[in-house]
Amino acid sequence: MAGQRCAVVGVGQTKYESTRGDVSMPGLVREAALRALADAEMEWADIDAVVIGKAPDFFEGVMMPELYLAEALGCVGKPILRVHTAGSVGGSTALVAASLVQAGVHGRVLTLGYEKQSESNAMWALSLPQPFQTSVNAGAGGYFSPIIRQYMTRSNAPDLIGCMVAFKDRRHALRNPYAHLHQTDLTFDQVVDSPMLWDPIRYSETCPSSDGACAMVLTDETAADRASKPVAWVHGTAMRSEANNFPGRDEVNPAASRQCAAEVFAQAGIRDPRNEIDVVEMYVPFSWYEPMWLESIGFCDEGEGWKLVEEGVTNFEGGDLPVNCSGGVLSSNPIGASGMIRFAEAALQVRGMAGDHQVDGVSKAFGHAYGGGAQYFAMWVLGTDKP
Amino acid sequence: MTGSEVPPIDLPDLDVSAIEAIEGVEPVRSVRTPIRLDYRYVPGRAAVTYLEAMAEKRILGQRDPDTGHVFVPPRGVNPASGRVLDEFVELPDRGHVGSFCITNVPIPGRDDLSLPYASCWIFLDGADIGFLGLVAGCDPDEVRLGMRVAAKWKPDDELTASAENIRWWEPTGEPDMPLDEIRGGRGA
Repeated sequence: MAGQRCAVVGVGQTKYESTRGDVSMPGLVREAALRALADAEMEWADIDAVVIGKAPDFFEGVMMPELYLAEALGCVGKPILRVHTAGSVGGSTALVAASLVQAGVHGRVLTLGYEKQSESNAMWALSLPQPFQTSVNAGAGGYFSPIIRQYMTRSNAPDLIGCMVAFKDRRHALRNPYAHLHQTDLTFDQVVDSPMLWDPIRYSETCPSSDGACAMVLTDETAADRASKPVAWVHGTAMRSEANNFPGRDEVNPAASRQCAAEVFAQAGIRDPRNEIDVVEMYVPFSWYEPMWLESIGFCDEGEGWKLVEEGVTNFEGGDLPVNCSGGVLSSNPIGASGMIRFAEAALQVRGMAGDHQVDGVSKAFGHAYGGGAQYFAMWVLGTDKP
Repeated sequence: MTGSEVPPIDLPDLDVSAIEAIEGVEPVRSVRTPIRLDYRYVPGRAAVTYLEAMAEKRILGQRDPDTGHVFVPPRGVNPASGRVLDEFVELPDRGHVGSFCITNVPIPGRDDLSLPYASCWIFLDGADIGFLGLVAGCDPDEVRLGMRVAAKWKPDDELTASAENIRWWEPTGEPDMPLDEIRGGRGA
């Protein structure tokens, strides 16, 4: 891994809800930042710089919000950097923050992702009509449905694998007090019987629309060594992207995803991800993306991902590769924060601080985010030991 | 098995109560303020040439002389290499369904679409990338990977320089493309 050592020493999240009417955008980001600082046992003055990310500005219609949020983030007179990579932005934002530490530019960086979907219309912002063109795409579900159909055809996966993922993640969410959806009485049959929105994607196989923010404090080795709580060391970081429509593009298993995973595992010295990674937080906004990414990242061979789901390998209870113990994007989706939540939950697992969804004996965790037309990827590997 | 509680935030104790004049009034939770922005749209040379041909019921793509790939609709560059493209080729108004979504979500402003409708990735014969189009003229349940489709054009007196000249795509009745020749996903 390039550069100086970097560790996660603090994590802060807001409660995720459909409408956080009790706080403004500055109030929302400050809530997550305060919790991250408290966890890191730091004050605003201890922070050298802020790296912030969110989904495109036209979702809420507030342009360059990083400028007016600087004050709420204790960042007046300090450097603030904004990251833009669509849905993967929470992950990329954390990686940019890590790169500032690894490069020796800053010693203590606050990084944060947020979204206030209640003040936004993300679904139609993602399906803007183009002049002189026909428009038959209804939101992100409409975009990803044909890709999922290709996967189902290619892998001969049973039809209800997606429902199994959705039911699992909603059960996991019951263990996470920050999760948006707490569907205590949900049954598997209710998931199966929920309406088809974008066939083959059912209502219960899609992510909710959430308000929320997630923050982390990343530091250099000196500060991490002084931390009184356990820290999560960064073992590998990688970002890759590709165009969303070119001849021969594999939309089901994009080259950028495969290359990003290969790079992050090479940095972390991991040869056998299935056995060396203890817990996974993966960006799964539509249920079928769990088996698809399991294959693409290399946790199993191509065409085998759905079998891991079917066998319960990705369950919190009894699975040897638990995926999205927090409930995942399927249970909380403040878009600009969703990637950072994956990265932060990976950190909590490594630190042994994930509460009721803590997996026993975690030594290495994997955080993942994707965005755009499954074309932007951000991944990291964290560990209990110094790399 | 609900997890533990979200910890409280330590905030300064500020007085945020309403002034006396509006005490007891129902609080405003949100205000919707629609905004609009009018602008001149300059589609660029590739799109203008494509749209003008549309008015004559012709579909133009662009060919990359380096790779031989044909792009429709043309964008002026090969997105994989960045190479500027200036060679136009005419494509037939028929192809196949690479993949599709049976959609039960209405699109604002598209009152003509009854639910469910089939949003399909259409790959024209001779093209190397696809585009999203509506397949109609059959039951949505009949839409399948590899199904052959052709353009359903508007009447001649309604044609303009717009891709909307193609009202939808409908089945031709030809045999389906074999699965290993279907475009999209892995890309044939």
